[in-house]
This record gives sequence, C-alpha cells and structure tokens, in this order.
Amino acid sequence: MADIQLPDALLVKKYVEGDENALTVLINRHQSKIFGFIYSKISDRDISNDIFQDTFIKVIRTLKLKSYNEEGKFLPWVMRIAHNLIIDHYRKNKKMPMFRETEEFSIFSIMTDDSLTIENKIIRDQVEIDLKKLIEELPADQKEVLVMRMYQDMSFKEISEVTGVSINTALGRMRYALMNMRKVIDKHQIILTN
Amino acid sequence: MAKIYSKKSLVIKSMKPSKEIVSFLLSYSKALSVIKVEDQSFEIIAN
Repeated sequence: MADIQLPDALLVKKYVEGDENALTVLINRHQSKIFGFIYSKISDRDISNDIFQDTFIKVIRTLKLKSYNEEGKFLPWVMRIAHNLIIDHYRKNKKMPMFRETEEFSIFSIMTDDSLTIENKIIRDQVEIDLKKLIEELPADQKEVLVMRMYQDMSFKEISEVTGVSINTALGRMRYALMNMRKVIDKHQIILTN
Repeated sequence: MAKIYSKKSLVIKSMKPSKEIVSFLLSYSKALSVIKVEDQSFEIIAN
C-alpha cells in the first residue's frame, strides 16, 4: 500500500532498476485513464484492449532499454504513445471508416437502398421485353453476334471463333446491329429508360 | 434545480482493460530483458 503514495517518477526509476512491482503499481494507477482515453476514440472494447496492450509493450520496452528520460511526465508520455497507436489503427483501417450518428450527420445520408421499387422493376422488365423484340427483328448474323456479346458475355475473339468469321467482321456486325436497333427505336419512338 | 445541458464526457473513467491483458503485460515485463551492446540492443524473452 505504501507504494501507491510514491510518485510516478520514483516508480519508473525503481522499475528501470529491476523492481517489477513498480510496474504493477503504475498500471493499476493509470489503467482507467489510459483505457478510458483509448476507448473514447475507438468505441470498441476488444480493439481498445489491443491498443492498451501495445501501448504498454512499448512502454515496457522503452523503459527496459533505458531510453525513457521524461521523468515526472509518465502519464502524458504513455497517453502520447496510446494516441499514436490510435492514429496508426485508423490509418490501417482507412478503407473501412466508422460513422457515428450525430445531430449534424445522419447515418441514413450515406445508407441508401439501391434495390428497385416495384414500379421500377415492372418498368425494367418491360424494357427488357421490348429490347428482346427489337433483337428478334435483326438480321440473323447481327442478332447472333449481339446475343453472344451482350447475353453470353463472350469476347469478340470467342465470337469470331464460334461463328467462323474474323474479329473485324464480328465487330462490324455488332456495330450494324446497334445501328439498326437505334433506327427502329427512333422510328417507332420507343422509350427504353427506367 | 438547474438543468445540465452539457454533453456527457465520452471518457468513461471507470473503464478498465481486461484482467488478462494486465496479467499478460506483467508477465511479459518479467520475461523480457533487453541487452544493449554498443549501438545495438537485443531483446530476450525467457519462457
């Protein structure tokens, strides 16, 4: 109990000289402040525990190496190490930022439902039906290339191999297929939008 | 009674790290010895 009254600087000195109990006192004395500080920035108990552990591993190594020379400022020094590790943690997790709901910022401003509404779904289905009808009207060679490219996701090289024509011919047929479809769409004023 | 409009501090002072972490750190400290040779330092961890 007598150790609890000892100042940090003296405990650090004792620890550096080999008194392991001094570290126990230092950790017990400051753990709440340091852990609370980390948790206030991280808001995750497990990650806070990890950062707390890494902080003290650095503290222990520095003290054992006798590289510490800020006597009397033990807690601010440990807090600074913790602060740097928190920054490192956020840098590492830059791709996954955490958003907290505040008065100025609503989480729903970045959370959107991209799925189509029932109405949009019906429109999309109708557009697809119209598109298929248009494709049916194309000359067979153009239709063949367009279907392979758009619906079967084949490359022009693969299309040329399957159809037995050159890549340039396949590209040309695709081009004419699209031109013909545009013509029909313009002529009949078909609206193909969602 | 006057109302307190200030927000609660985010730092929860009663929070503590898990006992396992503290126990690990104390064991790690006991096991670790650092030897300095000229400009280099060597860390030895006893089992």
